[in-house]
Amino acid sequence: MSGTLKGGPPVEHIVEMLNIRKEFPGVVANDDVTLQVRSGEIHALLGENGAGKTTLMRILFGLYRPDGGTIRIRGREVRIADPNAANGLGIGMVHQHFQLVHNFTVTENIILGNEGSFVPDLAGAARKIGALSKRYGLNIDVNARIEDVSVGMQQRVEILKMLYRDAELLIFDEPTSMLTPQEIAELMGIMKNLVREGKSIILITHKLREIQAVADRCTVIRRGKRIGTVDVKETSQQEMASMMVGREVSFKVLKKPASPGEVVLEVENLSVLGSRKHRALKDFSLQVRSGEIVGLAGVEGNGQAELVEALTGLKRPLSGTMALRGRRLNPLSRRERIELGIAHIPEDRQKHGLVLEFSLGENMILKNYYRPPFSRRGFLRFDRIREHGERIIGLFDVRSGRGVDSPAGDLSGGNQQKAIVGREMDGDPDLLIAVQPTRGLDVGAIEYIHRRLVEQRDRGKAVLLVSLELDEIFNLSDRIVVVSGGEVMDVVNVEETDEDEVGLMMAGVRREGGR
Amino acid sequence: MKRRDDILVTSLLAVLLGLVAGALLMAAIGGDPLEGYTFLIKGGLMNIERIGNTLATAANLTLTGLSVAFAFRTGLFNIGAAGQMLAGGLCSTAVALLVSAPRPLLLALTILAGFLGGALWGFLPGYLKARFNVHEVVATIMMNWIAYWTVYYIVPARLKGAYLETESALIPAAASLKTRWLDALFEGSYINLGILIAIVSVLAVHILLKRTTLGFELQAVGYNRHAAESAGIRVERDMVLSMMIAGGLAGLAGVSFYTGYASNMQIGVLPSQGFDGIAVALLGATEPLGVFASALFFGVLHSGKGFMNAMTEIPPEISDTIIATIIYFTATSVLIGRLWRGWRRKNAKRRAKASPEGEGA
Repeated sequence: MSGTLKGGPPVEHIVEMLNIRKEFPGVVANDDVTLQVRSGEIHALLGENGAGKTTLMRILFGLYRPDGGTIRIRGREVRIADPNAANGLGIGMVHQHFQLVHNFTVTENIILGNEGSFVPDLAGAARKIGALSKRYGLNIDVNARIEDVSVGMQQRVEILKMLYRDAELLIFDEPTSMLTPQEIAELMGIMKNLVREGKSIILITHKLREIQAVADRCTVIRRGKRIGTVDVKETSQQEMASMMVGREVSFKVLKKPASPGEVVLEVENLSVLGSRKHRALKDFSLQVRSGEIVGLAGVEGNGQAELVEALTGLKRPLSGTMALRGRRLNPLSRRERIELGIAHIPEDRQKHGLVLEFSLGENMILKNYYRPPFSRRGFLRFDRIREHGERIIGLFDVRSGRGVDSPAGDLSGGNQQKAIVGREMDGDPDLLIAVQPTRGLDVGAIEYIHRRLVEQRDRGKAVLLVSLELDEIFNLSDRIVVVSGGEVMDVVNVEETDEDEVGLMMAGVRREGGR
Repeated sequence: MKRRDDILVTSLLAVLLGLVAGALLMAAIGGDPLEGYTFLIKGGLMNIERIGNTLATAANLTLTGLSVAFAFRTGLFNIGAAGQMLAGGLCSTAVALLVSAPRPLLLALTILAGFLGGALWGFLPGYLKARFNVHEVVATIMMNWIAYWTVYYIVPARLKGAYLETESALIPAAASLKTRWLDALFEGSYINLGILIAIVSVLAVHILLKRTTLGFELQAVGYNRHAAESAGIRVERDMVLSMMIAGGLAGLAGVSFYTGYASNMQIGVLPSQGFDGIAVALLGATEPLGVFASALFFGVLHSGKGFMNAMTEIPPEISDTIIATIIYFTATSVLIGRLWRGWRRKNAKRRAKASPEGEGA
């Protein structure tokens, strides 16, 4: 089995993790997991959240010590004590959250921690980085400051950092979660360049479509166990998804054509100030009718957050009007809007959705604790609160250790989200504003939440979906509003457009003959 | 339930470690720890009079502890219990000295004035925090000194007694929290109606936090103001309200201390009970009933230390050192909790290994 990098047996592995076992108190995170990465391939590591992908990679990167099993690099058995040792073995990690100093230049960031001498040779380093950038098609300005470049560029700096340290194996941890569709396509190209130049890549993801696009082989793990390794060319997304989840899943949400009714939400010429005192939303207009899902597509930070804050009453608009079924929302408080029938699935479920220290049952009454039947003369009625919580967790399949008594913070992300969705849909709101309702969730939970959103639509309610995932927008929406720079680029029917066109508009390019 | 047990174990462990540290100190200065502790506890609980004194001390500590604990539970750090206590004490002393009314009405007015004075002293930091995001730690500390100097001015100017410039006139018997039946019951100790105010407040805060919509709302704001705001709760109003209730509780400590435990108000003293309240709240795990228990414990230490000093060579400061050590251990309760859980796990593992069916060898 001992292969060397050049020449040797036909199948050579750059990394072999054999029968790895890792236990944490109460959980076996990795149970006899084997991962073999051939040199020069893109190997995807697929699994739901909490399946053990990250643990396995942290072992490889020297952040955890395995309880059992062996690791071989180029056929030689090694012990990886810490990330420096991993770097020394040619392993580099592109983290999900970039680790860059914002007011440093690209070059300064790359040589950080690797300066060589007390007075670093910046010009020499910049030349070397420039050459690397050219060789791998990264197209980066080595003298730009990090704060001035896009998220996609920042990621390339992370990649360059690894290349500068002569990494042979690059681990990408969920690399596309922050990128626009165009940036994702470019990243895929870069990854292909990297393997063409002899590097090997491990791609950690739960997005099947990306695996299909770039990976050669794919190892699937579920609940800490390896389910199998498949050749991506010969395996459908369906099959990989079933391996990952352990049952059949459907991607396409089955839905009847929408039968929209009267206008529920009417937004006219709304302008809202953003956090940096600029106009984040400019003369924005939007309609959502009953019985339809309107998807708001856009790259993060193009005014979506401000629109939602204005609608839910967290922020006062500069100008413009908002109305629900003809009733002006502008002067109403947040609570009055909730009582009027606006429900909101917030983007950040732990920050805005739940009080993690409260029990699940208490979280389910966060918006209506003061109303009957949950309280009487200022006192809470625990039996009613319990019934209510149990009904919601039953209806929405929220799983927790001790039912309604579990602290919300003990639940997995998917179950926290299902609880929020359950709370917000309860009481049949006229308008449901769902912001990134499936962010960070696994296939099973996504499928479930999507089905619920469509049900809401079919009951004749209005749904405004704000999502950065084009897949999700296309899967659920009946109409798509594309926003860029705080302005409406266009409103399109989902049947009359495709992802490329919407992707371009998200980047600020107006459609031919558009308005 | 499990979490509750852990908290209790953590607090008891902190007490135990504090006592051990105290014993080491006593031994280090050549005293006999066993003898020292015997007299310390005797000093607090030896006879009915001393028990009464312990309860009287505990009453003040319960109220300041409750003030800090309530603020904690609603996400605020109240360092200003001392100032709120002064403000409450000043208002109640003023009512006691200047108003004449039948005793029940006068007492009610004294208590109410104390609560409102404390609440006013809580309102300002609460408002500054809610409106201008001024950190309440800074604001409450400054309010302590404002209270200190206000008392310094008002007592000599308006409430001064016949002889001394530095203290108020004596509280008349009709307005004092001292009562004949408690005096008789506890054989002439310091005990006064303050202990009843404390017990009623403990129960009231317990019910407020556990059973009412207001308590639910205030705690939601304390744990996660963003989620509370998203759910339509008026976060800013609630912050002010929380600080006012916390301040009011400390104000009641002022009533209990200045019109009950003491018999008048001196100037130039920032009451130490305000800061001890932080320790009481921490050791009581910010639970009202826990606060009461830990106030009783601190009450024993405080009222027993004089007796220990009289009967042994051990200085009374040892008792303060024990309290300080306990605070230290409670403050690092996270660490203690981790030690405790680790020890339990190790034990479970050892037991599993000892039995033949344990994890395969």
